Amino acid sequence: MQLLPLNEAIATHVQDGDSVALEGFTHLIPFAAGHEIIRLRRRKLHLIRMTPDLIYDQLIGMGCAARLTFSWGGNPGVGSLHRLRDAVERQWPQPLALSEFTHAELALAYQAGASGMSCGLMPYHADTDLARLPGSKLRTVRCPFTERLLTAVPAINPDVTILHAQQIDAEGNVLIRGIIGAAKEAALAARRVLVTVEEQVERLNADLNAVVLPAWLITAASVVPGGAYPSYAQGYYPRDNRFYLAWDAIARDRTAFTAWMERHVLGVRDHAALLRALGVAA
Amino acid sequence: MSAPAYTADEIMTVTAARQLVNGAVCFVGIGLPSAACNLARMTHAPELVLIYESGTVGTRPKVLPLSIGDGELAETATCVVPLPEIFAHYLQRGRVDVGFLGAAQIDRFGNLNSTVIGDYARPSVRLPGAGGAPEIATYAREVLIIMKQTPRSFAPRLDFRTSCGYLEGSGARAASGSPGAGPRAVITDFGVLRPHPRTEELELVALYPGISVDAARAATGWPLKIAAHVEWLPAPEAAELAVLRELEVATREAHARPIRITLRN
Repeated sequence: MQLLPLNEAIATHVQDGDSVALEGFTHLIPFAAGHEIIRLRRRKLHLIRMTPDLIYDQLIGMGCAARLTFSWGGNPGVGSLHRLRDAVERQWPQPLALSEFTHAELALAYQAGASGMSCGLMPYHADTDLARLPGSKLRTVRCPFTERLLTAVPAINPDVTILHAQQIDAEGNVLIRGIIGAAKEAALAARRVLVTVEEQVERLNADLNAVVLPAWLITAASVVPGGAYPSYAQGYYPRDNRFYLAWDAIARDRTAFTAWMERHVLGVRDHAALLRALGVAA
Repeated sequence: MSAPAYTADEIMTVTAARQLVNGAVCFVGIGLPSAACNLARMTHAPELVLIYESGTVGTRPKVLPLSIGDGELAETATCVVPLPEIFAHYLQRGRVDVGFLGAAQIDRFGNLNSTVIGDYARPSVRLPGAGGAPEIATYAREVLIIMKQTPRSFAPRLDFRTSCGYLEGSGARAASGSPGAGPRAVITDFGVLRPHPRTEELELVALYPGISVDAARAATGWPLKIAAHVEWLPAPEAAELAVLRELEVATREAHARPIRITLRN
């Protein structure tokens, strides 16, 4: 584990054409890391995420992505991800290839990837149109013991998984607390793991069954307070639901979106400057 | 007749809440389902177990979450489990009694589309996609659907089948081996539809006060079957409306609260 400034961690470990999973299910979404990818103008990324959320809306709208693997692409409780829709419906700013799954399938694909399996298995029931999509990689196989039909979901092994977490200790071990989604599986499936954290502490006061990523599993870590904003970090700050509601109008219009990104992401040095510009931090 | 003292959303939410039996384990979605489940928990069903797909089990939020994973859900939960576990160990293993779903389109057999309007490769509207819906539709012991009824959303043919209801009806679902029983009721802004016991085609079984059969028919994109006896659903009671409105005021206040972050490092 190397402790690096965020821009250096991303510049070193995220390259054009990489498959990249920024995980965190509503909670602990690594916004600061995503913004750094945009500032570095990475291109042709294969973005992977169960719920693309605003951070992938931004990456897609800024032309960083060629492919998206996902299971639910909306602004939760608000409506559409307009930049995602514009890319799919009108190929703006460029075409976006889709690989879509259900939540259960994508979680299983990460689990398989984390376990060194080529696929994960789940019971098969009635077909939906998802299984019939051109290029669908779902297959049915028979259980050798019961003859039951099973669905095989191919493993996902991202080139890089990026997570946000609460704490890192002096040795570089990372603690994640609260809603965890498939973050742990996505990290263990990846070739490289980058982590941003709210703070560095001497020791993690972690319960024995807490979710801790040992230092030796992590490629690089960066201390970025507020790094999940406008998502949240349990115990540090809540989700900025006002921002999620306001994003709908910003993202709906190409010009408004581009202006917002130029001013708040490309136009600032780092995440702390963005938080100050938005009046969220002093 | 005087104007109703409640909105369409309110009577839909109250009607959905009344379907829930105390002690049931519910897999909850965001929006009206979340409002309905919490209203039931705060009124007639205090021991309702609410599971949100973010992995929060037995949660008792004081305000409604905007997203499926707001901190409020984790803080008030019995436990918070990883996402692969909530889908495999809880839902797939058959531990959920009631699953709530909505969609952009429903057909006469309760199959749902939440993926695209138009052709998949060149959609006119790209919808959010599957999320947890296909597995909820398959594994919950029964499914409740909440959707507004229009000729476009109650479609003669789905543009895309994301989640299974009764497939082509007449026992097709059971024959496919789906463990759950399928949609038990569709709660709309006109009334309630239920599957016919033999054909499994949805039919209108109940209406809200002041709504006509013809109005419900006109809001359906296929020739809607009408049950032999159509019930009148009771209007929301004052006590239910009071709890629901208080919850919504508290929710709006919570979602409007400015966030402050301290930059410690």
